[in-house]
Amino acid sequence: MSPARVVLGRRRFLALTAGSGLFILFRFDPLAAQEPAHPPGRPSYPTDFNAYLKIGGDGRTTCFVGKVELGQGSKTALAQLVAEELDVPLDTVDMVMGDTELCPWDMGTFGSLTIRQFGPVLRGAAAEARAVLVALAAERLGAPAARLVAEGGSVRDPEDPAKRVTYARLVEGRRIERHLEKVPAKAVTAYRVVGRPAPRKDALEKVTGKARYAADQALPDTLHARIVRPPAHGATLKDVDTSRAAEVAGTRVIRDGDLIAVVHERPDLADRALARVTARFERGAPALDDENIFDHLVATAPPGETVGESGSLDEGAKLAATTFEHTYLNGYVAHAPVETHSAVAKVEGGKATVWASTQAPFMVRNQVAEALGLAPKDVRVITPYVGGGFGGKTGARQAVEAARLARLAGRPVQVVWDRAEEFFYDTFRPAAVVKIRSGLGADGKICLWDYKVYAAGDREAKAFYDVPHQRTVAAGGWGGGNPPGMHPFGVGPWRAPSVNTNTFARESQIDIMAAEAGVDPLEFRLRHLSDPRMRRVLQAAAERFGWRSGRAPSGRGMGVACATYMGTYVATMAEVAVDKASGRVRVGRVVCAQDMGVVVNPDGARQQTEGAVTMGLGYALSEEVRFRSGEVLHRNYDSYEIPRFSWLPRIETILIENPTTPASGCGEPPIVCMGAVVANAVHDATGARLLRLPMTAERVKGAIAKG
Amino acid sequence: MVRPISFTLNGRPVQLSVDDERMLLWVLRYDLGLTGTKYGCGAALCGACTVLVDDEAVRSCATPLKDVAGRRVLTIEGLSPDGELHPLQRAFHDGHAFQCGYCTSGMIMSAHALLLRNPHPTRAQIVEHLDDHLCRCGSHVRILEAIESAAKSGPGGAR
Repeated sequence: MSPARVVLGRRRFLALTAGSGLFILFRFDPLAAQEPAHPPGRPSYPTDFNAYLKIGGDGRTTCFVGKVELGQGSKTALAQLVAEELDVPLDTVDMVMGDTELCPWDMGTFGSLTIRQFGPVLRGAAAEARAVLVALAAERLGAPAARLVAEGGSVRDPEDPAKRVTYARLVEGRRIERHLEKVPAKAVTAYRVVGRPAPRKDALEKVTGKARYAADQALPDTLHARIVRPPAHGATLKDVDTSRAAEVAGTRVIRDGDLIAVVHERPDLADRALARVTARFERGAPALDDENIFDHLVATAPPGETVGESGSLDEGAKLAATTFEHTYLNGYVAHAPVETHSAVAKVEGGKATVWASTQAPFMVRNQVAEALGLAPKDVRVITPYVGGGFGGKTGARQAVEAARLARLAGRPVQVVWDRAEEFFYDTFRPAAVVKIRSGLGADGKICLWDYKVYAAGDREAKAFYDVPHQRTVAAGGWGGGNPPGMHPFGVGPWRAPSVNTNTFARESQIDIMAAEAGVDPLEFRLRHLSDPRMRRVLQAAAERFGWRSGRAPSGRGMGVACATYMGTYVATMAEVAVDKASGRVRVGRVVCAQDMGVVVNPDGARQQTEGAVTMGLGYALSEEVRFRSGEVLHRNYDSYEIPRFSWLPRIETILIENPTTPASGCGEPPIVCMGAVVANAVHDATGARLLRLPMTAERVKGAIAKG
Repeated sequence: MVRPISFTLNGRPVQLSVDDERMLLWVLRYDLGLTGTKYGCGAALCGACTVLVDDEAVRSCATPLKDVAGRRVLTIEGLSPDGELHPLQRAFHDGHAFQCGYCTSGMIMSAHALLLRNPHPTRAQIVEHLDDHLCRCGSHVRILEAIESAAKSGPGGAR
C-alpha cells in the first residue's frame, strides 16, 4: 500500500467514525499499511552519498540507512558493503539504522530486498565517496589519482612511501561537497570483505543483554499503558466502566475516542488496573471459522487477474491423456515474534518521538503524524533492535497508540502488547485456496497447467516449468485491495508472502503428476526445466542429499521441491519419518540449495537458511490460526505451536557460487519450499497425499486411513 | 502486600519495598532497570524471561517477588560482571547463536543453569532442557552448538 493510500484510508476512517461513538473498523484501518505487494521499481533514495556516509575525524565511518535490524544480520551485511566499496576495515564502520531523523528515507525492511535493492544504492554511494577521497588525496599528495591506492582507510602512492594520507585527515569531519558522475562499483573479483563471513555487529550487545529493544528505552516519568480491547474482531463497544481501575493506586484512565487505556508507572500494575475495567461489547461478525473460511474466500475474493498465459488451455486439454484436478488449502498463520509489538512515545512542544519495534519506520512516522495532526517532519521514529518481524511489524498500531496516549498523558507512554494482543492484532498470512487443473500428454510431458490462487497473492504464482499451454490467475492477495469482509481480521505479508502457498500447491501437483507418470520426482522436474539456474540448484541439492531415483511412494520418506523467490533460486530436499499410528511427522534432514547471485555474507546466508527451514516446519506441520466469529482463539503459545528444539532436523545449506549475478535476497527464499517438500516426503513415506497445511498429526492420520 | 524484601541480585544485596505479589520480571525491568531480561508471553511458556534463583532456572514472569526473598538472583547482566564474557556468552557470540537476540538472554541463562547442574550434557539433554524455550528466528541449530562448545571449553562453562 502506498503512503497516499494510507492517508486516504485514514480519512475514510474518520468520516465513518465521526460523532458516532466507538468503532473498531479494520477495513479502513490506516494502521493496516503493509509491505507493497509489488515493490516500487525506482524508489526515491537520495543520490548524495553524504546522506549515507560520514567519515569522522577519528577515522570511523558512520553509515546511516533507513533499514532495520530484525535479526537477519543486515547491520553486518550492509557494513560489509560499505567497508568493501570504501576500502575501510569492517570494524571501523558503525551503522545507524531505522532513525527517521538521521537516516535517509527508506520504504521499509521486507521482501528480502535489503541487499538486492538497497545494496546497489549503498554500494554506489560508498564507491563515489571513495573516488572523491582518492581525488582529494591526489591534490593533497601531488600525485596522479590513477596511481593512488585506497586501502584500510588511507590513500597511498605505491611509488612513494612518504605519500600517504588517511581518510580522516582528508575529510576532517566535514561534509564532502564534491561529486563524481558514474563511478563504477568494484568488480566482484576484487572483493575482500564481501563474500566472506564477518563477525556480527550486534553480537556483543545481544549476548550481554545490553541490546536495547523498544520496550527497553528508559525515559524518565514513563507511564505504561494497557488498553481496553474487544473480544472479537467486528465487536463494538457498548459501554465501559473504568471506575474500579483506581483501586490500583497510581492508575490513570486515558480516553481518546475509541482508545481507552489505563496507565501506571509499572506495566504489571497497569495490567492489574485493566483487569478491574469492565467493558461490554456487541459482537457483529459473521459466523466465519477456520473450517468454513475456504469456501468464503473463494466466494468473496475479487475477480482474478491473469498473471501469466501462454498457448491455449483448450488445446492443452485436448492433448492431455490424463488430467489432474486438485484443490490446496492453507489456514491463517501468525508471525508470533517473541518480542510483541512495542513502542514508547514522547510528545512535547508540537513534536513527537517514538521508539518502535517496526519494519517500516518511515511508514510509522507518517502514521503517527496523521494520528496526531502533525507534519511528518515533526515526528521522529527511532527503531532500536527489533525482536523479530517476519512481515508482522510492517504496520505499527502500537506506535500510534503510544503517541496518542502520550499526547494526552503529557508524559512518555509505553505500549507493549501482551501475547493475546499480539495474536489478536497480528496481520496473519492469509488463509488461501489454490485450484490446479493440469494434464499429462501421452509423451509423459505436462501439456496443460491451469492455475488459480485465491487470497494468497500472485508473487511467484506463475509456474516456471516448460508447459506449452498454461494460465495463472490470482484472485486477491495479502497486500490490500480485498473486498470488505473477505478476511475476518487483518492479513499481511508473512515471510515470503504468497510464495509459501503457491509453492506448496505447485510442487505438490508436480509430484502428483510425476507419481502418476511413474517417474522419479526429481527427474520429472528436470524434464520440464530448461532454466540452467533452476537445474543447477536441484542437481546440487540432489548430490548433497544423496537423492536416489525412484518412483513415489517409495516408502523412504524423501521429498523434493523447488521455487524461485524474487531472483533467488532454491531447491529443497527432505527426509521424514511418519508414525502411521499417530500421524505424527518428524523431519529428520533438510538440504537446501540456493542461488542468490553474489553472496555478501556466506555465514549470514547459512544462518538465514537454518532459520527459514526451522520456521518453515511450523507452517508445514502445526501452525494454523483457529478462530470463530471474529474471535482469535489463541491467547498464548500454549495453543499455537511453533517449532521447538526437539523438532530440529539436520539442516544442510548449499550456496551456489554465482558471482556474476547481482546479489538477491536470502532471508525468505529458503522457507518457501518447506510445505511442499514435507508434503511430498510424507507422500513418499506413506502414499498419503496431504492437500492442506498444516499437516497436523490428525490430518496425516486421516489421509493415511483414506489410502 | 507492600513490604520490605531483600535478596541478592547479581552478587549484590538488594532491598525493596514493593508489593511482593508482583512478578520478578517487572521488578527487574522497571524497578531495578535490568532490561536484559525480556517479556515474551507472561505465562512461563517461552523462556525469554529466564533468570537463575539459587542456581535454578526460573521464569521470572511467573515468579512472585516474595519467592526470591533471601535468595540469590542472577540475570544476564550478572553473568559477566567484570566485563569479560562468560564462556556461554563467548560461545553464543562467536557462533552467532542468535538472530533478533530477543530470546538470547533467556537461552543463555537457562543453559547456564543446565551446565551448573550437568557440566557435560549430551545433545539430547540440551534439547530436552531447552524444549520449552522458544526462538522464532530459528537459531536452534547454533544455540545447541554454542552450548556444546561452551561445555567443552571449561568445567561446564562455569567460572
